[in-house]
Amino acid sequence: MKNVRTKILKLLENNSKMDTKDLAVVLGMDESVVINTIQDMEQEQIICGYNTIINWDKTDDERVTALIEVKVAPQRGEGFERVAERIYNYEEVTSLYLMSGGFDMTVFIEGKTMKEVAQFVARKLAPMEGVLSTSTHFVLKKYKENGTKLEQDKKDERLVVTA
Amino acid sequence: MRNPLSDKVIKMKPSGIRKFFDIVSEMPDAISLGVGEPDFDTPWNIREEGIYSLEKGRTFYTSNAGLLELREAICEYNERRFQLMYDPKKEIMLTVGGSEGIDVALRAMLNPGDEVIIPEPCYVSYLPCVQLADGVPVTISLKNENQFRLTKEELEAAITDKTKILVMAFPNNPTGAIMTREDLEAIAEVIIKHDLYVISDEIYAELTYSGNHVSIASLPGMRERTIVIGGFSKAFAMTGWRLGYAMGPAMIMEQMVKIHQFAIMCAPTTSQYAAIVAMRDCDKDVVHMREAYDQRRRYMLNAFKEIGLPCFEPKGAFYLFPDIREFGIPSEEFATRLLKAKKLAVVPGDAFGDCGEGFLRISYAYSLEELKTAVGRLAEFVEDLRAEQK
Repeated sequence: MKNVRTKILKLLENNSKMDTKDLAVVLGMDESVVINTIQDMEQEQIICGYNTIINWDKTDDERVTALIEVKVAPQRGEGFERVAERIYNYEEVTSLYLMSGGFDMTVFIEGKTMKEVAQFVARKLAPMEGVLSTSTHFVLKKYKENGTKLEQDKKDERLVVTA
Repeated sequence: MRNPLSDKVIKMKPSGIRKFFDIVSEMPDAISLGVGEPDFDTPWNIREEGIYSLEKGRTFYTSNAGLLELREAICEYNERRFQLMYDPKKEIMLTVGGSEGIDVALRAMLNPGDEVIIPEPCYVSYLPCVQLADGVPVTISLKNENQFRLTKEELEAAITDKTKILVMAFPNNPTGAIMTREDLEAIAEVIIKHDLYVISDEIYAELTYSGNHVSIASLPGMRERTIVIGGFSKAFAMTGWRLGYAMGPAMIMEQMVKIHQFAIMCAPTTSQYAAIVAMRDCDKDVVHMREAYDQRRRYMLNAFKEIGLPCFEPKGAFYLFPDIREFGIPSEEFATRLLKAKKLAVVPGDAFGDCGEGFLRISYAYSLEELKTAVGRLAEFVEDLRAEQK
């Protein structure tokens, strides 16, 4: 059972658009098993969503991404959870991780402009209760996201017919 | 002026693949299921090691047999994966792809007039290499109803008192057939009974989908009668690195190294350094690629079932060998019409021996998306052909 789940997850991780019929065929399973397994994993929140990897640089939309290192004072009885919740509830926050090492949390923020991101940090994040310090780094270019290379000029260079 | 050419070479038929390649090349927008090499890039840690070896200036010849460290790594790998045990100092040599190993083994072992049994359909080089080594090729037509495995009876029937070698390749290109331990035991019995040798081309050994590959050299009494041809091209997606190896009894290997020494000198040095990493640190890459091939294999088999194209279930390599005899047209005509009508290239089965007539070789070394598009075109073509023939 666990094996079935892992196999489905690995394929969906690379291509969330793969339909249940194809999943069933390539894994040699009944489609009903695939459908049920996916439903179970959605309910258990093993599968939490189906996002699309977008290279916004190629669109007309202006976007900037920043990574912010945050030092946090854990709170009695709550640890980091309370502060984390306060941070991730902001729409601007795209990812939030609790870290080991020299700081406590990594926050990814997306905004339209650097100014917008800076204002978010200055007005919302830095003054937040429990947040001790922030250090903001802007992303200049994305090369790879979630295992996918964003710029691939990959064409099939193999000879078309070989023995 | 005298004829500059050798009669032997003039008599050699050019590869049927070559002919088809020329036709496909004139159609730049065609898509292809005709490729005999992986679609994956060589795993990055292997490539990185190749780059590093160049940075370090390791650009000299290696010993004729190849870097000892690599030979040791290959021996460890073969013991770990296939229970094959060879002495890295005397029983293995690195070659320029598996192809060179086959050529050198034949040249080292054949005397003029010795017969070599070649089960077909098979890779295109065995027959001409036998002829170049002054041997006499004797082909066996393997059968669809046996899933293109070699049987004891077929082998017995082909043996004469001149027979010396059986050249065998499983998992097979072009059929995808494999031989199980039981299948091989039956063959080994005949080989030993008639005092023959085997050149076993096991270049696709890592690509089997129903349990681990069994090498005929691992069966009792066969190690001393077998040259195992292995390589990096298929399992490690390293075709362009041109690196393979041959393993066998020291007495034969010694002579093979002699030919290799005069003809080639040594296999490419950069490739040899990179290959050490392939042998030691790439098991997970191989597993990943094998899983992907297996998924595509299932996808294609299911697609053929939906189209109604009969095809035995191949358990190895990355090919399918569907039966198109129902259409009553030669494989080459089928492939040419498919190419012209739907811009899809596949290889006619008879490019791999006359008994491949009535079949196609379809490679699934492509992404699922590409396979989907190609299968769509094949389905349309088959439908049109059926309508036309009604």
